[in-house]
Amino acid sequence: MEEGGATARPRRATGRLCSTCNQRKAALKRPKTLEQICRECFYSVFEDEIHNVIMDNNLFKPGERVAVAASGGKDSTVLAYVMSELNRRHNYGLDLFLLSVDEGITGYRDDSLETVKRNEIEYGLPLKVVSYKDLYGWTMDEIVKTIGLKNNCTFCGVFRRQALDRGAALLKADKLVTGHNADDIAETVLLNILRGDIARLSRCTFITTGEDGPIPRCKPFKYTYEKEIVMYAYFKKLDYFSTECIYSPNAYRGFAREFIKDLERMRPRAILDIIRSGENFRTATSTKMPEQGTCERCGYISSQKLCKACLLLEGLNRGLPKLGIGRARGTNGLNKRVEQRNLRSERTGSNIESKQCGTLDF
Amino acid sequence: MASCGGGGGECHQSHCQRSEEDGGAEEETRERVASLSFAGDSPTSSATGDGALERCTKCGETVAAAAPRAVNGLCAACFRAYLFGKFKLAVTTNAMISPTDNVLVAFSGGPASRIALQFVHEMQCISLKNWDASKSQALPVFGVGVAFIDESAISIGPLHEMNKVIAQIRSIVSTLSPAHKELHIAPIENICSTSSNDGRIRLNELLDSVTDATGKEDFMKYLRMLTLQKIALDNGYSKLLLGSCTSTIACHVISATVKGQGYSLPGDVQYVDARWEVPVVLPLRDCTAEELNKLCHLDGLELLQLIKRPSNSINSLVSSFVARLRDENPSRERTIVRTAEKLRPFCFNKFVENTYHEFVPSRLRCKFQNINNSETALSEVLCPLCGSPLSEPEVQSLRNIQEKTQTPVENFAAHCCQSCSFQILPKGAESLQQFYTVLPQSVTVRVTDGTSDHSQLGELIDDYLLVVDDDDDDGT
Repeated sequence: MEEGGATARPRRATGRLCSTCNQRKAALKRPKTLEQICRECFYSVFEDEIHNVIMDNNLFKPGERVAVAASGGKDSTVLAYVMSELNRRHNYGLDLFLLSVDEGITGYRDDSLETVKRNEIEYGLPLKVVSYKDLYGWTMDEIVKTIGLKNNCTFCGVFRRQALDRGAALLKADKLVTGHNADDIAETVLLNILRGDIARLSRCTFITTGEDGPIPRCKPFKYTYEKEIVMYAYFKKLDYFSTECIYSPNAYRGFAREFIKDLERMRPRAILDIIRSGENFRTATSTKMPEQGTCERCGYISSQKLCKACLLLEGLNRGLPKLGIGRARGTNGLNKRVEQRNLRSERTGSNIESKQCGTLDF
Repeated sequence: MASCGGGGGECHQSHCQRSEEDGGAEEETRERVASLSFAGDSPTSSATGDGALERCTKCGETVAAAAPRAVNGLCAACFRAYLFGKFKLAVTTNAMISPTDNVLVAFSGGPASRIALQFVHEMQCISLKNWDASKSQALPVFGVGVAFIDESAISIGPLHEMNKVIAQIRSIVSTLSPAHKELHIAPIENICSTSSNDGRIRLNELLDSVTDATGKEDFMKYLRMLTLQKIALDNGYSKLLLGSCTSTIACHVISATVKGQGYSLPGDVQYVDARWEVPVVLPLRDCTAEELNKLCHLDGLELLQLIKRPSNSINSLVSSFVARLRDENPSRERTIVRTAEKLRPFCFNKFVENTYHEFVPSRLRCKFQNINNSETALSEVLCPLCGSPLSEPEVQSLRNIQEKTQTPVENFAAHCCQSCSFQILPKGAESLQQFYTVLPQSVTVRVTDGTSDHSQLGELIDDYLLVVDDDDDDGT
């Protein structure tokens, strides 16, 4: 069964056999359970666990058109590979294709898009690329030039979500799958606790979200460890792009990520435990939750009058980079903020780059 | 990274351009606390700079340069009043202490429990004065006792250190006059056995069989609570008061999440925890460790210097994580606790109705459970080790096991929550059996076997039963 991290065991015992098949030599230690396992058994257990997650949660129906969100990174590359493999092996009957988003980040996204184009050929899945420039009129490079490096991840994340939905709609997809793995979801649970975002906290562990929105999206890798995805890609020699986004160093998520890495070293199952805690959180009936409506401007799903993307775009286009960043103050928050910003920029001749403080928001 | 923390409200950092317009009306006090506690941190943070006279932001008194440095923009007196105000508000809003209560204060020697003791003492003095002055003297003044757990049986420090510590505690308690406070010093091994030597052996055997470092620490924590409960029960106390502050609770929120205890977490972070025989109250829940430390320093309150054993557990990892977060933003601890507050508490987070209930103002009656509502009575199954309510899947697997015949050990293990099962219970049938035999009785009696539930149900409907049916052994 599972081994706790506290007991000392000899590492790299030579000649040890795989604990599953007891025939082949163990090639690796499984990050999730620390059991010693050979390559073939690792592939099996990795793929079977994902297959079971898909089955247990009824993620797909035969005949569905499923867009695989592909960035060229390890998660989405492995996702595309495993999805097409399982689709074939277990006859899911899905129509799979790749959907990629071009945020317009030179030296990062243009390189990773090359990887996705290679995946299109390698896995035989048709590819569609949607770009921020086409959808919003701004590239991330232009946005960062305008607002600096403090809240850029907010913009990118919000825009990407909509971009994926719109791309999926263009392709007439029934579902979208993303490569969010167990580590990602555990980080998100922690971040929402740190931010006090009870609304997101109650939703972030759902394996399928947006069922009442334009395109439902699901996360087959919900219980898959990031390390195992890397291992799978490594041993299978899958082609992926492994550089971190050039604008990311200041992301707050880094705090949580570092903590989780330390935690995983101490107790590997802690990542799944965080997810389980997240699933078991029950909101108090007295807690007010935001109501879901639609954006007045673009019709996208939104809990406010304007969806976040429209709000951020408004800010960009009017030279008000803080619009939509930070906490909104009631329903006339938009108007009030716009007034205040106008006053302030007149008064201080605001230099956007010098603003030290900001709040978490994404 | 000298960001101002972004908690809203006024920021005193000179280069921060945020101003009051960003502060919302809601939660203003919290935000003020955030900016206040940050402003007091570094010597360079005050707007007026070093050496200049500062004004208390509340009473306007000029704090002379020679006086203790103005804390958080408040003078020492106002800061003290502010913390005491939070304490008193928590006590009164949650009907924590009634005149007929005997309150046991758990004292660890750290700043939080020291302040808890001090504030309870002051409340008691005020009540005493009122009682003296009142003609009828109808309502009595609540009693206060102090409990300290002597952990020398498992500590790494030399034995004579503990005698010094105990003498120190006695002197601290004796300064809290006029109302006399009984001091109870309980060795931790007493929970295992009344004989000290036997207790020591059993306790060490117990701890040795827990191999996980975090499990060992948490197990000690549960034994401490059991010891406190025992002291309270044996000496007629009706409430147990802990000094748990915002910082402790924030760490607990994160560590419980990390251990998979998301279901039971809300029960641990409320003001009142009535699942124990002697209900536990946390009046310092809204004060941060930093504030409490500052007050101890200002008032020159004596603290115990207990040797802390080095820790390599998840709890210490979480502590350093929260400390890093706090450095980046001082109001983060408060936000973490507030998130947990938005989760659904349990029925045991309210007091059970008692005779005093009738004297409670009607606006506070909601703080009491309605006993007649049968849903509250037996709704949660609690883990015998940590007291956590079991989640639905855990209860289901317990019932599955209870349907088959099992030994007391198997029944006990099935009642444990998944976290305790993983990090505390030894793996392997033999070691588990051994563990079970050495466990304190106060732990093992908390477990019912499936059959007693059935007879309890029978008792409830006894009046209406016409025939006593002994053949029905279904248990459901």
